[in-house]
Amino acid sequence: MFESLLVANRGEIARRIIATANGMGIRTIAVYSEADADLPFVREADEAVLLGPAAPAQSYLDVDAVLAAAKQTGAQAVHPGYGFLSENADFAEAVTAAGLTWVGPSPDAMRSMGDKIAARNRMAAAGVPVAPGTPDPVPDAQAALAAAHEIGYPVMVKAAAGGGGIGMSAAFNDEELTAAYETARTRAERFFSDPAILLEKYVPSARHIEVQILGLADGTVVALGERDCSVQRRHQKVAEESPSPAVTPEIRAAIMDAAVKAGEAVGYRNAGTVEMLFDTATGDAWFLEMNTRLQVEHPVTEAVTGLDLVAEQLRIAAGEAPSFDAANVPTASGHAIELRIYAEDPKRFLPGPGAITEWVEPTGDGVRVDAGYESGNTVTPFYDPLLAKLIVHGSNRQEALAMARAAVEGFTIVGPKNNLPFFTELLANDEFVRGDYDTGLISRMRG
Amino acid sequence: MAEVRAEMTANVWKVLVAPGDTVSDGDTLVILESMKMEIPVIAEEDGTVSEVKVAEGDTINEDDVIAVIS
Repeated sequence: MFESLLVANRGEIARRIIATANGMGIRTIAVYSEADADLPFVREADEAVLLGPAAPAQSYLDVDAVLAAAKQTGAQAVHPGYGFLSENADFAEAVTAAGLTWVGPSPDAMRSMGDKIAARNRMAAAGVPVAPGTPDPVPDAQAALAAAHEIGYPVMVKAAAGGGGIGMSAAFNDEELTAAYETARTRAERFFSDPAILLEKYVPSARHIEVQILGLADGTVVALGERDCSVQRRHQKVAEESPSPAVTPEIRAAIMDAAVKAGEAVGYRNAGTVEMLFDTATGDAWFLEMNTRLQVEHPVTEAVTGLDLVAEQLRIAAGEAPSFDAANVPTASGHAIELRIYAEDPKRFLPGPGAITEWVEPTGDGVRVDAGYESGNTVTPFYDPLLAKLIVHGSNRQEALAMARAAVEGFTIVGPKNNLPFFTELLANDEFVRGDYDTGLISRMRG
Repeated sequence: MAEVRAEMTANVWKVLVAPGDTVSDGDTLVILESMKMEIPVIAEEDGTVSEVKVAEGDTINEDDVIAVIS
């Protein structure tokens, strides 16, 4: 195992990675922007290096600054967390070229999954089910219309290099498609510097179900169960649970098999997530994309499997065997729910940064809070709105729901706007309580 | 005369109008960016832009005046 680790991220995920690494006796190095100097992750690392001003391009996305911090502190390995540079294959390559260990998959595996069009084609060739869609970038609105007529409306318009739902929208007719195509193209250029657009069949009643995989140091790929991430607003996840209430043992076997195939097809190492679109009407599960990094919602899998996924990542990166028997992978025990506490108003979900004057976390058996902030911190407008993740683990779904209700009640945040009141609503919502919901749930709650 | 105010702390990404421009109810005046989200600021009446109080790149706070329409 390496002796020191630089965490190239911020907020709750930096803090969470630092906690595991500290516990394994690894010296930890945080990097931070001027806006984040007072956050807990900076203090909790053994060392911290200022990268630059608040703007991500001048701090967390500045490859040279991050590598200089690694050199200056003698870091032996780099964990990228999620977002920022985590899916940047050039960064992974630069880390390796600097003689450091990259805690993640190979740059080749990242590249093959980074472009959604190439990934779709590669998965289809490997025998993983993919939704009907375009096998090449759609060059203009005219070509989009032709492709939509072939696939059949409704269609989803997406940026090939995209993520986080940015630029994504569904179109039900020619007029909507023309508008959606232009929007997607503009956003794809602005956010991802890549205008390539793809079209895919849109499933009106779908669940977003994903599989956690680990590519082990010896090349074996294992699947660690699914997460249901269908509670979304603006195509972004708000709550996740494992196991999925919609997944039967037969479906589970099929999607675990598809996820392992997906990982094997690209020689995947380290933690990754295979996202699938589950059609509630037909029971079909289609490959959507693969996220080549640790996922925000990884704690629900940790809760039900009892594993520490960051510790497994570090072992794999160091070439060591996992903590479990790969021939006898842990399966889900009980039920876990994660709620993403965002700095946003609970009605329209618009951002609400601000200074935190009071912060009280719920505690108790089976209750976990991964927080990026504490009382006295200021939430700035420069980064994503995630304040904390609240995770509960019960012996069954009903118990987990009750624990989640109590934990939301026990969470106090004063200062920035936050969506805790939304979760009180969600946990009383009939569809959610029954487990019979799809990605349209929040729209219906707000309709 | 109507003052258009910011609903949240944000960075000003785009300023789409200038003093003297005629705007209609629903027109986008300015696009803010906060927490990785674009937030259009919309005119809520017809009129003429008499003042624009922000520039691209500014950081503004909740309730700051963005523009005045008369």
